[in-house]
Amino acid sequence: MDIRLDAISHSYGDTEVLRDISLDIPAGRIVCLVGPSGCGKSTLLRLIGGLERADAGRVLQLGTPPADSLNPLTYVFQDFALLPWRTVHGNISLVLEDHGIRGKAADAIISDVLARTKLTDFARALPRQLSGGMKQRVAIARALAVNPAVMLMDEPLSALDSQTRELLMDDLVALWMRQPFTSVYVTHNLAEAVRLGHKIVVLSRRPGQICEVVEIDKPLDQRGYADPELEQVQKHLWTLMRDEARAADAELLNV
Amino acid sequence: MSDTTTPDTAPQSAVEVRFRGGGFAPSARRGVGVAVFVVLILLVEWGTRAGWISALTLPKPSDVAATFVELWQSGLLFKHLIPSLSRLAVGATLGASLGIGVGILIGLFSYVRAGLVPLVAALFPIPKIALLPLFVIWFGIDETSKYALIAFGTFTPTVVATYGAVDNVDRSLIRMGQSFGLSWLSIVRKIVLPGAMPGILSGLRISLAIAIILLVAAEMLGAEYGIGAYILEAGSLYDLERLFAGVLILSVLGVTLSVVIGLIEKRLLAWRG
Repeated sequence: MDIRLDAISHSYGDTEVLRDISLDIPAGRIVCLVGPSGCGKSTLLRLIGGLERADAGRVLQLGTPPADSLNPLTYVFQDFALLPWRTVHGNISLVLEDHGIRGKAADAIISDVLARTKLTDFARALPRQLSGGMKQRVAIARALAVNPAVMLMDEPLSALDSQTRELLMDDLVALWMRQPFTSVYVTHNLAEAVRLGHKIVVLSRRPGQICEVVEIDKPLDQRGYADPELEQVQKHLWTLMRDEARAADAELLNV
Repeated sequence: MSDTTTPDTAPQSAVEVRFRGGGFAPSARRGVGVAVFVVLILLVEWGTRAGWISALTLPKPSDVAATFVELWQSGLLFKHLIPSLSRLAVGATLGASLGIGVGILIGLFSYVRAGLVPLVAALFPIPKIALLPLFVIWFGIDETSKYALIAFGTFTPTVVATYGAVDNVDRSLIRMGQSFGLSWLSIVRKIVLPGAMPGILSGLRISLAIAIILLVAAEMLGAEYGIGAYILEAGSLYDLERLFAGVLILSVLGVTLSVVIGLIEKRLLAWRG
């Protein structure tokens, strides 16, 4: 299933946040959205998943999602959004219960996704007992449990320290290599973008417009930490963004 | 900070850095609460025996204890306590459950909020005791008017605490529920209610204390048996021992309710650690 954004524009009151965004998200690829803070990249992600309605333009699903996909458009949030009163197991079963999956069937799915995110031993732990990196792995496991057609990741690593971020990036690459998933990945971190993105979309500052789309052909599993080729791309992205970021930083917040 | 001082040219005046990070972190101190009670009671006992507290001011704690034991042995204690407890249970349960229900509706529906928040704000400051005569007319002189008074008194603070608690539920968790396609009912049942539980329970602490106050007030205005009636009778005879025995029962009741809510919190909110 592909996603197509068709001339999306959006404003909050008088503040125009997105202007005329058209973009294709092809199946099986990771599309990174980068841009200075406040450029509307998170808003765009909420529009894609139907958590907000665009003022103009449409978000289209091309083709039908796989039949076994319980929740085709699934988010991974920056703040993890785990229920603190439910265990790891309970947090994942939460999203299965509404589809009538309980008991043994649910346990099978849950132990599978926990194994894929290396959390098998923590099924009975409460969120407060977990480190930030583990919490985000639980959130990823929860997203995998519903078999998404597209994963919408909103700065999933931004709340983590840099070592944990590296580890989790490796985990995400491993997950993708095992079973390529479609993803829109919002980040302000260019290193993440060049490590994980097949396609990197650079947005300008508010109102967000696409200023450039960079494709990286190197396979994900061959991209390493401090890869010179990627650094080159990252440098290019930064020259595109630097002035925008500086101008965005100097703007008054009135949203 | 790059000047290279060698260890042997040690600074002339070495002052240890003063610690200034302590305090502001309450911790459990066992037995202090009991000690305060014991010291106060012993002080009053000494004062009444020595005579620098006159018998008109305060009764001897030992006499109060004796009165209490007598009350217990004569069986009168339960004759007063049981009607009081059942009034409290019925009234508070009615008021608290209605309050939680209405509070949740206010928290969830904008129309209910727009319609009822001003009404609750108008009802909250009314001294409920002042309405007792009205309640007697509406519900009769018997138990029903007492239930209604206690229920009404617990209702308003519970509503306010509950809708505040619902408002404070982390919106990102609700967003998460919506993004996974959870039904409205599931979101309310599995995200909003557990998320509001801490606020609801702490509101209940206040509501139940108010319920005890109203229980006594209701019983003072017309009841044959009940702790309130017992205290009123003792007061009109200026029987300080019995008055204080009654007050003692109320205090114990308050502490017990607070402990019970503490236990419920411990069970329901174990996830907070």
